[in-house]
Amino acid sequence: MAEQKVPETNKKRQISQSYWSLVWWKFKKNKLAIVGGILIILFYSICGLFAEFFAPYTLDYQSDYLEARPQPVVFKDEEGNFSLRPAVYGLEEKIDQTLRKRFYEVNRTKIYPIYFFVKAEPYKLLGFIPTDIHLFGTDPADPEAHVFLFGTDRLGRDLFSRIIYGGRLSLLIGLLGQILTFTLGMVMGAISGYYGGVTDVIVQRMTEFVGAFPDIPLFMALAAAIPVTWSPILVYFMLTLILVFIRWGGLARQVRGLILSLREREYVLAARSFGASDARLMFRHLLPGTLSHCIVIATLMIPGMILSETALSWLGLGLRPPLTSWGVLLQEVSSVRSIRFAPWLLTTVPFVLLAVLSFNMLGDGLRDAMDPYGGR
Amino acid sequence: MLAYIARRLGYILIMLVLVSFVSFLIIELPPGDYLTQKLQELQARGDRSAEMRIAEYRARYGLDKPLLERYWIWSTHFIKGDFGDSFEFERPVTEIIGQRAGMSAILAISTITLTWLLAIPIGVYSATHQYSIGDQITTIVTFIGLGMPGFLLALIVLFFAMTVLGQEVGGLFSREFQDAPWSFAKVVDLLKHLWIPAFIGAVTGTASLIRIMRGNLLDTLGQPFVEAARARGLKERTVIWKHAVRVAINPLIVILGSEALPQIIAGNALVATVLNLPTLGPVYVRALQVQDMYLAGTVLVFIVGMTMIGNLLADLTLAALDPRIRLE
Repeated sequence: MAEQKVPETNKKRQISQSYWSLVWWKFKKNKLAIVGGILIILFYSICGLFAEFFAPYTLDYQSDYLEARPQPVVFKDEEGNFSLRPAVYGLEEKIDQTLRKRFYEVNRTKIYPIYFFVKAEPYKLLGFIPTDIHLFGTDPADPEAHVFLFGTDRLGRDLFSRIIYGGRLSLLIGLLGQILTFTLGMVMGAISGYYGGVTDVIVQRMTEFVGAFPDIPLFMALAAAIPVTWSPILVYFMLTLILVFIRWGGLARQVRGLILSLREREYVLAARSFGASDARLMFRHLLPGTLSHCIVIATLMIPGMILSETALSWLGLGLRPPLTSWGVLLQEVSSVRSIRFAPWLLTTVPFVLLAVLSFNMLGDGLRDAMDPYGGR
Repeated sequence: MLAYIARRLGYILIMLVLVSFVSFLIIELPPGDYLTQKLQELQARGDRSAEMRIAEYRARYGLDKPLLERYWIWSTHFIKGDFGDSFEFERPVTEIIGQRAGMSAILAISTITLTWLLAIPIGVYSATHQYSIGDQITTIVTFIGLGMPGFLLALIVLFFAMTVLGQEVGGLFSREFQDAPWSFAKVVDLLKHLWIPAFIGAVTGTASLIRIMRGNLLDTLGQPFVEAARARGLKERTVIWKHAVRVAINPLIVILGSEALPQIIAGNALVATVLNLPTLGPVYVRALQVQDMYLAGTVLVFIVGMTMIGNLLADLTLAALDPRIRLE
């Protein structure tokens, strides 16, 4: 009896699996994709939501240490004995006589312990909860103490904090731009594929025309056309719109192709014969069929958006200070001089690469998972 | 066939007119461009020669006339080969492009050659040894290469060359060869500098080519004609290289067509900017930064034109190589 029952319940469970739970099943098996997904969540929560909490200093805090090198982290207390509490060595200012340049040396006699959940500069968590607790920092009672894990820039601002803050705009432009591209691409593709005829021709010619321009040169030309006099926020939104304007065509084409094949299916005919309206057919029956495909494309397009912003801002054509993004941070290493004397400013690069890689890993996993019926 | 080419060329022509108009709009619209600044500067000087220069510019570019008329002046000059002046370099655009196009071509050709020499064998190996250790490593490396933007890689290479190797990187010539006439030593010097941008271009370019080559070849290897070739007792090497690869490589020709020609003009502008190469890419970037309108506009039109001609050439080559493809 018991032996017979087991396969039956198993079978029942399998039948009742929905498409999305099958997708989740398959996705879970892909370790790289899971890692990518977790990294992305971490990126967005650390940089996007709680940057003020994770950064030891505020965005515009200027210390007296200009272009200081990163302080090594050690596990020693002030007497030099081992302790579990991490600490950083102090920095000492020196002058290089031959280059006539100020530089910093690690002063191993001075040790500043790092405390967690310290009270430092006040800020508003998520924009409305006033608090002054930071994840880590030096003893607030000691004005001499400082912690620059990645060094400081030319104005003495802590690079670690700035990378966290910079990620906010860089990652947001990827997400925001992609949501807009997604919406526009889906709607235009659906209209083009569903109605056909003149509408189709117009949309197709539009995508072809934008597609005739190579990506990067057109980005640069459009971004350069943004007036310098505009406010930073306006520039930010304009840049997002430019990214959307150039990218929506590719998605629209794919959606159109899918819609063309879907609209001849029997279930669509059935829905139409029941008297479903155009809008209902499109949004209830056709677009959901293209959704899984589009989510994959959209995920894989986000890194391109982030990199475009980074490249444009780095060239000085995109975001400009006082806005801080990863591209703006990289502006400071665009000269050979700064790579030689302040190579730690390149620390931004691994973060950009990691974010891009995470999205690629997630997108690749999603692509495999979205087709749970085929393959191994 | 001829009718097809004529139609495609006509289409390219229409697109070019549209593209040039849009480029012109992009160039003209923003306030505070280089010409306006220049005029203000000249006006501030206010002496006779400055006033004459202003009058000259006004007449040449029709500054007092409406937008459409200005576009007409620009485009008619453009067709005659007069692309206007670069205000930053204070020289005709034709001269600047001519000066740098040669180096751009050398860089583009060496990058593309290196990319293909690496990508095709690796792609073939990866497909014929599917799921072997070599294939797994290739997959991981291409994965990283796909996500690695050229200009960040260039920054990293620059950093390592300076700190680890202690070598000056940047430019295509050492200082002593900068203005020297061509000689054997100069070519050697060029090669010493050329490999860095070519390598960076190859790293970012091979990844996608390897993926495509691998996928195509895997598809092809499963087809009956490959089986038939094997059944005829051909050597495995002949089967792969003479039968399977020949079919699998076709889609790559399209990529070559749409990338090779525009690369000559713009190249990888960002990488070239980091490494400070005397190619057209950095000039374009610089022209956009300072709103040097005629230079930027000309390069943009050229890039688009080259892309479209490249696409046409790719389609024609493909049709010549693959008899199944019919051009209509």
